[in-house]
Amino acid sequence: MDRFIYLTFDGLSRGLVYAAFALALVLIWRAARIVNFAQGSMAVAAVYVAYSVTNATGSYWLGFVVALLAGLLLGVLVERVVMRFVDHSSPLNGVVVALGLVLVLQGTLGIVYGNEYQPVETPFSRDAFEVGGIAMLSRYDLFVFAAVGTVVVVLTLLFTRTAVGLRMRAAAFAPDVSRLLGVSVGGMLTLGWALAAAVGSLAGMLVVPTELGVHPTAMDVVFVSAFTAAVVGGLDSPIGAVVGGLVVGLLLSYVSGYIDVTVAPMAILALLVLVLLGKPGGLFSSSKARVA
Amino acid sequence: MTGALLQVDGLTAGYGAAPVLHDVGLTVQPGEIVAVLGANGAGKTTLLRTLSGLVRSSRGRVVFDGADLAGTKVEHLVRRGIAHVPEGRGVVTELTVDENLRLGGLWRRDRADARKALDEVYELFPSLAQRRGFAGHQLSGGERQMLALGRALVGRPRLLLLDEPSLGLAPKVTGQIMALLRDLRERTGLAVLLVEQNVRSALSIADEGVVLALGRVVARNRASVLRDDADLRHAYLGF
Repeated sequence: MDRFIYLTFDGLSRGLVYAAFALALVLIWRAARIVNFAQGSMAVAAVYVAYSVTNATGSYWLGFVVALLAGLLLGVLVERVVMRFVDHSSPLNGVVVALGLVLVLQGTLGIVYGNEYQPVETPFSRDAFEVGGIAMLSRYDLFVFAAVGTVVVVLTLLFTRTAVGLRMRAAAFAPDVSRLLGVSVGGMLTLGWALAAAVGSLAGMLVVPTELGVHPTAMDVVFVSAFTAAVVGGLDSPIGAVVGGLVVGLLLSYVSGYIDVTVAPMAILALLVLVLLGKPGGLFSSSKARVA
Repeated sequence: MTGALLQVDGLTAGYGAAPVLHDVGLTVQPGEIVAVLGANGAGKTTLLRTLSGLVRSSRGRVVFDGADLAGTKVEHLVRRGIAHVPEGRGVVTELTVDENLRLGGLWRRDRADARKALDEVYELFPSLAQRRGFAGHQLSGGERQMLALGRALVGRPRLLLLDEPSLGLAPKVTGQIMALLRDLRERTGLAVLLVEQNVRSALSIADEGVVLALGRVVARNRASVLRDDADLRHAYLGF
């Protein structure tokens, strides 16, 4: 029972990171109908920027803030300089361009920072509190809960309560009609990419210190988990992304804990296959059929 | 012709290499209702889409209120005072009634008047007021048309480009919408460029009519004259 509680908290903590990363994928999918396969590399780039800033100034928090800003900027650049010019007649075009971007980003980061893992500090202790002799949560887990919780609340308020959020939703659902109503659809698209990349960067900042450290490919495995989470959730549903992230996090934690760590990736694939066979639209999808 | 609200001359436009519209000309005076008539594929929808910039013109001039619209971005058109209600009603079905209506006024600087305009739309369409929180896809066809129309009115336009408002609606609902257009013109001086397949209802409220056939203007006259021209009706309008 102790073990179960520990694994559950561990799974929820990991799951929230996947949820944030899946949320970033969903944001771009909803805005542009592209699965952003470059999200992992973009997040790693932001983490490297934070790493440099933190090393230079000694302040984790300055690095943290700069990482989010770098994410925003990178999102704007990727949309304005690259994705805007992709022909959307086939959904595969965006995927191929995104994969190309992965190679460019990983290559560049490798040249600049080297292809070795560099350990990254966490701002809080990762030692779990013990309540009645049972290991539960660490301070860092609480930080992850708070950070992802804040993102979910802020995004929810943005989309449901603000004029910008209304414009973004309208632009995504009905671009032509939105333009006729004075909405700058291109601007909303750029904003969507910027927000998504910032959320992706946050996920990177949260997950990288808990694994081997920062490396140009550090987010590749996380991307697979988060992509599964997004697909399980239905790819166009923010709630689905969060639930999917938690499901994937818990599954990884239980499988690693009760069976073996090496089996965990297979469990993710099995989940993906099961969902695609049973409910191809995902658990929370609003649309009946999906193109890609 | 100097006082015209909308002046279109020699407009040629289409998708890809082959133009759909050839040398189209028409005029809308302030407060006038002009019906664009013609069979399926005559280019009526393309005409409206070209006027609002969704389709690029290869030749011709569109002057609105004395200013050439060439190079005006689609999203800036509404700020000039032109509201385009596209075919198929253009309601964002994923958004609620209230969100759709608010969307119509988001571009406006005058927030107070945008709210006032929104309240007026709810007064004009009580059935929408009862369904504020309903998603667009939960509405009936007539309600969607009212929502699309209401959303355009929130922007207080001077010219309404209205594409097939009667499409798929019961005759009674069509009649209500036509009466509403006439009423709006009386009260607010709203000019309407009305694309319609339903020739009888369109000519019942229009001052002028323009008949398109295969992308060309084949007749342009007072609505009453077009109504009485049996040859024209048989040849192009099918009644």
